[in-house]
Amino acid sequence: MDRPNAIAPDELVQRHARPGMSLVALLHAIQDDVGFVPPDTVAPLARTMNLSRAEVHGVITYYHHFRQAPAAPVTVQLCRAEACRSMGTEALAQHIEARTGCRFDAHKHDAHNHDHDHACDGAVGLESVYCLGQCALSPAMMINGELHAKVTPQKFDALLAAAMKRVEETV
Amino acid sequence: MTRIYVPRDSSALALGADALATAIVDEAKARGIDIELVRNGSRGLLYLEPLVEVQTSEGRIGYANVESEDVASLFDAGFIEGKATHAKHVGVVDEIPYLKKQQRLTFARIGITDPLSTDDYVANGGIVGLYNALAMSGDAAVDALIESGLRGRGGAAFPAGIKWRTVRAAKANQKYIVCNADEGDSGTFSDRLVMESDPFVLIEGMIIAGIVAGATVGHIYVRSEYPHSIATLEAAIVKARAAGWLGDSVLGSEHRFELFVAKGAGAYVCGEETALLESLEGKRGIVRAKPPLPALEGLFGKPTVINNVITLATVPIIFAKGAAFYKDFGMGRSRGTLPFQVAGNVKRGGLVELAFGCTLRELMFDYGGGTASGRPARAVQVGGPLGTYLPESQWDIPLDYEEYAKVGAVVGHGGLVIHDDTSNLADLAQYAMHFCALESCGKCTPCRIGSTRGVEVIQRIRNGDTSTKQVQLLRDLCDTMVSGSLCAMGGMTPFPVVSALDHFPEDFGLETAIPKAAA
Repeated sequence: MDRPNAIAPDELVQRHARPGMSLVALLHAIQDDVGFVPPDTVAPLARTMNLSRAEVHGVITYYHHFRQAPAAPVTVQLCRAEACRSMGTEALAQHIEARTGCRFDAHKHDAHNHDHDHACDGAVGLESVYCLGQCALSPAMMINGELHAKVTPQKFDALLAAAMKRVEETV
Repeated sequence: MTRIYVPRDSSALALGADALATAIVDEAKARGIDIELVRNGSRGLLYLEPLVEVQTSEGRIGYANVESEDVASLFDAGFIEGKATHAKHVGVVDEIPYLKKQQRLTFARIGITDPLSTDDYVANGGIVGLYNALAMSGDAAVDALIESGLRGRGGAAFPAGIKWRTVRAAKANQKYIVCNADEGDSGTFSDRLVMESDPFVLIEGMIIAGIVAGATVGHIYVRSEYPHSIATLEAAIVKARAAGWLGDSVLGSEHRFELFVAKGAGAYVCGEETALLESLEGKRGIVRAKPPLPALEGLFGKPTVINNVITLATVPIIFAKGAAFYKDFGMGRSRGTLPFQVAGNVKRGGLVELAFGCTLRELMFDYGGGTASGRPARAVQVGGPLGTYLPESQWDIPLDYEEYAKVGAVVGHGGLVIHDDTSNLADLAQYAMHFCALESCGKCTPCRIGSTRGVEVIQRIRNGDTSTKQVQLLRDLCDTMVSGSLCAMGGMTPFPVVSALDHFPEDFGLETAIPKAAA
């Protein structure tokens, strides 16, 4: 993906690197800044941390939290763990897929095949997560990092519409 | 001026508490009423969130499940005086049976205080334990912790005092206190409630651990799924430093202690202590072989006390009120209290802190009020995704580490996920294997490969191949995972699977449970 205002990878790494900082902490700082860990930062990260590129790549890909591409403008993270399952999160997931035309975790399965899902235009990303700590108020989800509990299909539709509207307003 | 409380913990926020707080302030302003808004922690009565409280001469009066749209009508109904005319009025919060019947020790303060006010913390019994610990010798402090009977609340239930004694006795130029706040188990949220609603109690517990074990640095490893916990802890650490609790001279003593928050990155297995240490060092969160024990070679190879949030947050009350006080609660070798988390398909979900020895039935019905769906409850998973499913015949077993172990179940972290009669336990068993496949660190074969094979075998059985051979294959696979895995991830994933198979064979399309062939 093009990053018109992207800063150079070296500069991005140097902006956040601090003495004694762990690689995981540095990756967090980069992702918190630009929304993902750009693949071209692997080489400068390796140099800065005195690690091999393979080790850096290994850490980035080990953790679910780190993204190697920007998140969709509206990113829905639905809890699929036991407590939410007991309150119908799987039915909610089906509703969400039908409503958005997107599939959960498509970014993982189709990393090299972005455009075969015609109904899903890239505006919405659906991700499964496992526990948001709201197990007494299931099902729970985050939309662009904002937490919502006791989500029903109707509530989701309203939240999605609001999130889409906010995205349109900022473009 | 009337003081009004609107919680700031993430459960309340997930139900709109920020907008609600703004609406209350705006409405009061428009009506020319002088109020003081306090963003308190949650009381743990999550089914009532957002729970707004008003300070009156009779105590704090609650209004439950308040939405922004209710604000005007609340003012109309005189909620500023705590009047009972509004439909959302629930009376004096301290008198609500759900709360009043609990034995709140670790959670004595949650919801009462502003989580970021050191004054509130001290005014409500905080920091006494730290003063007492400073006045004791380190050996006496270790003895007191052993005497209290406190066992690791993260699930493994290892005596905390023994772990501290090992680290205290170890010789090293640097030792560490690490708090495991990677609360990834579905059905658990007590760590989160501590961090968001009473963070100083965790900080105090870690300082005491540092003084007793001879460690000068502490790290709290919090999962990235808990951004509100991270933000609250970071703010609380700044305040604790300003109050002189942290820094070069803890409360003016010769002891030094610094505390840092580290953010996890969405790997469930990092809740396992050695994987957590790897992750804290910045590496892939791969499980280490034990020995060496982390108490001798932990973070960066140095002696490390690694305890769960609840364990460390329970330390202050033990030092404030004495080992005998704490030990007086509980049964058998399970001393003190456990904050149970009543979750899943339940009408009144929340945090219920009780002495060991209570039963699931009590928690599900007396507290929980039955299922949210109104249908009969069928199975309860206790102790997170690696805990067994308990059928109704086991709901009266006292919640005690040893009593649960007798039936192959685990108390774990005290989380309960209730499922009603529409649940399919074969589906949940398959999910357990699927989750293990997703989250396995990959170091040992039984977990890495066994989980994927487990998904496949359960799928075959569910597809209609209910032959004894398939079922035996699944049981053999589970045996291999239990006996051959390096940590609890692979070693306990079979617990929910086998319990589902034993107690709910009909969900797998089996007429009766096929036991493992007699050897």
